[in-house]
Amino acid sequence: MTESDQKIRVLVAKPGLDGHDRGAKVIASAFRDAGFEVIYTGLHQTPEMIVSAAVQEDVDVVAMSVLSGAHMTLFPRVKKLLDEAGADDVLLTGGGIIPEDDVATLEAQGIGRLFGPGTATTDAIAYIREWYASRELV
Amino acid sequence: MHVSENRLSVTHTRLLDQFRGGKPLALARAISLVENQREGFQDFLHTVLATGSRTRRIGFTGPPGAGKSSLVAELARAYRQADEHVGIVAVDPTSPYSGGALLGDRIRMNELATDPGIFIRSMATRGSLGGLAATTKEVIDLMDAFGFERVLVETVGVGQTELEITAAADTVVVVLVPESGDAIQAMKAGLMEIADVFVINKADRPGADRLLREIRQAIHLRTGHALSDVPAHHGVDLSRMMKKEATEDAPAPHEGGWQIPVLKTTAQTGEGVPELLAAIVDHRTWLEESGELVRRRRLRARGRVSDVVDRELHRLAWASPEVQDRMARGLDDIQEGRGTPYSVADTILRALLKDRGPLR
Ligand SMILES: Nc1nc2c(ncn2[C@@H]2O[C@H](COP(=O)(O)OP(=O)(O)OP(=O)(O)O)[C@@H](O)[C@H]2O)c(=O)[nH]1
Ligand SMILES: [Mg+2]
Repeated sequence: MTESDQKIRVLVAKPGLDGHDRGAKVIASAFRDAGFEVIYTGLHQTPEMIVSAAVQEDVDVVAMSVLSGAHMTLFPRVKKLLDEAGADDVLLTGGGIIPEDDVATLEAQGIGRLFGPGTATTDAIAYIREWYASRELV
Repeated sequence: MHVSENRLSVTHTRLLDQFRGGKPLALARAISLVENQREGFQDFLHTVLATGSRTRRIGFTGPPGAGKSSLVAELARAYRQADEHVGIVAVDPTSPYSGGALLGDRIRMNELATDPGIFIRSMATRGSLGGLAATTKEVIDLMDAFGFERVLVETVGVGQTELEITAAADTVVVVLVPESGDAIQAMKAGLMEIADVFVINKADRPGADRLLREIRQAIHLRTGHALSDVPAHHGVDLSRMMKKEATEDAPAPHEGGWQIPVLKTTAQTGEGVPELLAAIVDHRTWLEESGELVRRRRLRARGRVSDVVDRELHRLAWASPEVQDRMARGLDDIQEGRGTPYSVADTILRALLKDRGPLR
């Protein structure tokens, strides 16, 4: 099996206290249908839980769905914990209702692309595939 | 193939250091190395396994949604209270359509997520049948080498005959629920043969007692003592699922047989979990005292060796240019009516057995 045959492993994470995870489930199944191995851990994940799962599962990507408005704390916090765990090569991406200025600020901190509501899941899939392919060239 | 610690690459030597230093990320990356069978994975396994095994391995199998993950979480919590380090491997199916997988067993284990004494890994079957992924046993070995006293393994649970678990675990817990039908269905699914302990989970639901009685009767029927009070003789027939039939090496199953307990649990409340823990301890004691543990370990080792030989033979065969060449010519022969699949296979096997150079 060559490196490029490997499955892309993605943790779909739903942090925060907001009460439903329909969106995260839709994304998780779309990723599965795209051939990814998706780890889904359910609602109410703390950044510590997310990073611990990301490390143990050795995922390539953490995709976080943040609708609570807490994106400016959650994304940097998860990124920081990933880095501290030595998992700085993991792509942290996600989606939510995130103003453009915030997107720029977060991207400047090493966080990957962030998708707004109503983005087609195919865009996120294409983005992850491209990232994964370019990563292997490094 | 020449496995050796000396063959480890620079990267794998660094990984080994971190692995031995107890870094969870190193265990996680070693698991990926093995799961993807990347270059050098056998040298890595050979190096870390050289210290021998000490982990107690417990397998959980049963129909989808029976509560396997919930019970695993309950047991893990209990073992943590006893200060054991616990590894968990949970297998879910790969979609045959997309090759992707939705691995959701962690949902039931969230309260364990940040305990540094617990390590949970989800695996997709990636086309393997038998209830485990092709490398699950090797992943358990890695957890063993990493230092976990206890490894809990959850099979895929899609109703295949999940025999692989008997080769991976010392104790197999079969989890059923009132909804999973009657004892006949458990018998048809081959679950009577693999259970060391039966659990009727979701005992809070109607029908649990009925199923419990049926399973107890079925166990008696199967062991041929339905009409007497003689203790059931339980011989888990591990040899049947091994590729190479165990013969002279395997001592006969011990006389004082194991009586398969049938217990009720409610994973959500934890009811019945202490009894399940006790049954696992009893089974352990029986394994040790009857000599069955030694027998199972030996059979397990045999299965592992033959797995590796099969895998290497397969790899060597199809990587050989000579074989590729004979295949191509053989296909021409078949097309033109000069050969059959059997004659072509014969020339390929001859080529393989003849050119036994350095095996890599
Ligand atoms: N009523 C009741 N529900 C339970 C019990 N144990 C588990 N459940 C619920 O049953 C559902 C399935 O539980 P899981 O632990 O995921 O079962 P599983 O066997 O691991 O499922 P798969 O891995 O999908 O095959 C969940 O909604 C649990 O909350 C129980 O004792 N009683
Ligand atoms: Mg499960």
